[in-house]
Amino acid sequence: MKVLVTVKEVTAVDDEFEIDGLDIDDRYVTADLNEWDEYAVEEAVQLSESLDDVEVVTVTIGPSDSEETIRQALAKGADRAIRVWDDALDDDAMLDPATKARLLAAVAEQEGPDLILTGVQSADDSLGATGVTLADQLGTEWAAVVNALDLDAEAGVAHVHRELEGGVEELTDVELPAVLTIQTGINDPRYASLRGIRQAQSKELAEKTLDDIGLDATALDSPIEQTALYEPESEGDATLYEGTPEETAGELAGLLAERGVGQ
Amino acid sequence: MTVLAVAEHRRGELRAVSHELVTAGRELADATDGDLHVAVVSGSVEEYADRLDREGVDVIHTVAHGEEFNHDVYTQAVTQLAEELDPTVLLMPQSVNGLDYAPAVANRLGLPLITDAVDLAYDDGLTATRELYGSKVETTIDSHADSTAVTVRPAEWPAAEGSGDATVEPFEATIDESAIRSTVTGFQEVGGGDVDISEADVLVSIGRGIEEEENLDLIRDLADTLDATLSASRPIVDNGWLPKNRQVGQSGKVVTPDVYIAIGISGAVQHVAGMKGADTIVAINDDPNAPIFDIADYGIVDDLFDVVPALIEQFE
Repeated sequence: MKVLVTVKEVTAVDDEFEIDGLDIDDRYVTADLNEWDEYAVEEAVQLSESLDDVEVVTVTIGPSDSEETIRQALAKGADRAIRVWDDALDDDAMLDPATKARLLAAVAEQEGPDLILTGVQSADDSLGATGVTLADQLGTEWAAVVNALDLDAEAGVAHVHRELEGGVEELTDVELPAVLTIQTGINDPRYASLRGIRQAQSKELAEKTLDDIGLDATALDSPIEQTALYEPESEGDATLYEGTPEETAGELAGLLAERGVGQ
Repeated sequence: MTVLAVAEHRRGELRAVSHELVTAGRELADATDGDLHVAVVSGSVEEYADRLDREGVDVIHTVAHGEEFNHDVYTQAVTQLAEELDPTVLLMPQSVNGLDYAPAVANRLGLPLITDAVDLAYDDGLTATRELYGSKVETTIDSHADSTAVTVRPAEWPAAEGSGDATVEPFEATIDESAIRSTVTGFQEVGGGDVDISEADVLVSIGRGIEEEENLDLIRDLADTLDATLSASRPIVDNGWLPKNRQVGQSGKVVTPDVYIAIGISGAVQHVAGMKGADTIVAINDDPNAPIFDIADYGIVDDLFDVVPALIEQFE
């Protein structure tokens, strides 16, 4: 059985930052593996540990700079990685879900996985739509926002819980092959061991161009365009206490006492 | 132009976002003197149609098939209806179920999809505003397509009110049963247990800023000192540091205490959805740009590990 996990390097923005055109100035960002993807990788690795003959393959769309981040998944137990990149992919251009899914679907068609796991969303763009778009492009079944997975590989069914709003979970049986978008909290992602980190260095990380996956630059054509990026005006009118921690705590204590708290 | 908005319901209840979609859809339709169509799929569609008939709705399309949400039914029904109506904008909710069918509908119709819109405008084309990097920045996106699919963030538009005089038209969707490859077998309530945080008068709520599990004792001390109940944002529960019944937010509990003290919580939209109804909101966070300060009434921009011990001391 083969499990394909889509992973993405995302950028976290510092508390103080500047905007450079349609992006955050590079000086104020830190790259890391998308949090949701960490849970998806862990779920796949756990499947490979509990079932026989499971291969876990990660796929990402990203420049060579992202390899270090992508190796984190290899260090945690993924078997090999695929990185799609091409000169035609401009580093700064926003990829919409349909475009991302086209690239990922081309890889999935070459790999033929039984199960695809994606994060619910990425921490930076938060589009939240790539996984389901990918499923529909592939013509497979899917489930979005999965926070429990019990795979019955023999019956070809994934028993999942979908985390709905308001503390309600939907229990659903999904026919395989399928794409499941994984919610945080579904498991407890491991830290990479030193041995894992060493092994990851020698695991296969294959780079593929659009041509390698049977696409050309027209696959990147998108009818939506990012036109501006800006800091929203603060809507807040909070009273901010200023001073040393003793002073601010004192003012807050006064307010809380007025409200009858801690009396 | 035509705007088509798809309502959402769950376990017999029309969800609040449905009436917000009507408002968003009406605003767009008004920009071009167009019509607002609303669709409701599965369940008691006539009853839902009656409740969706608010001011500004022109036509309500009902698709009677099944009871609960099933994405394979929704995808087929909404795709077919959109093919018939050819809407300029197709609005769906940015909800867990919305994200389970909107991308598939957009894919089948060949429409670009813009998710989680917080503002929409139409002037020779659709412009959507959405947030990036956990609400730190906003971006505008133009669609150059003739028709665009959008998911709309809940609680950004007011609910449509009044009563309308919409035509209700049953839509005969052709549902291919063999394409239904997911089966909902039930629902489960989570987050029960020893404490109901939605009953608390005072909540001390902790987020990612606490950094380590052992640091939680500091916050427990504060909650004890203030005779308050301890709650948390999602990362704390994801990490297993506190049980699910302590989680405030969209997927946890909605709370409306007299006083809500948010400590080390950035104030992501999913969290704010669960606590914005508190009477007095206090935020302690070292990031002056944290969105929590947008809804806080009182705030301290400082390190929680300095402020919280000082606050405990004030009450001793």
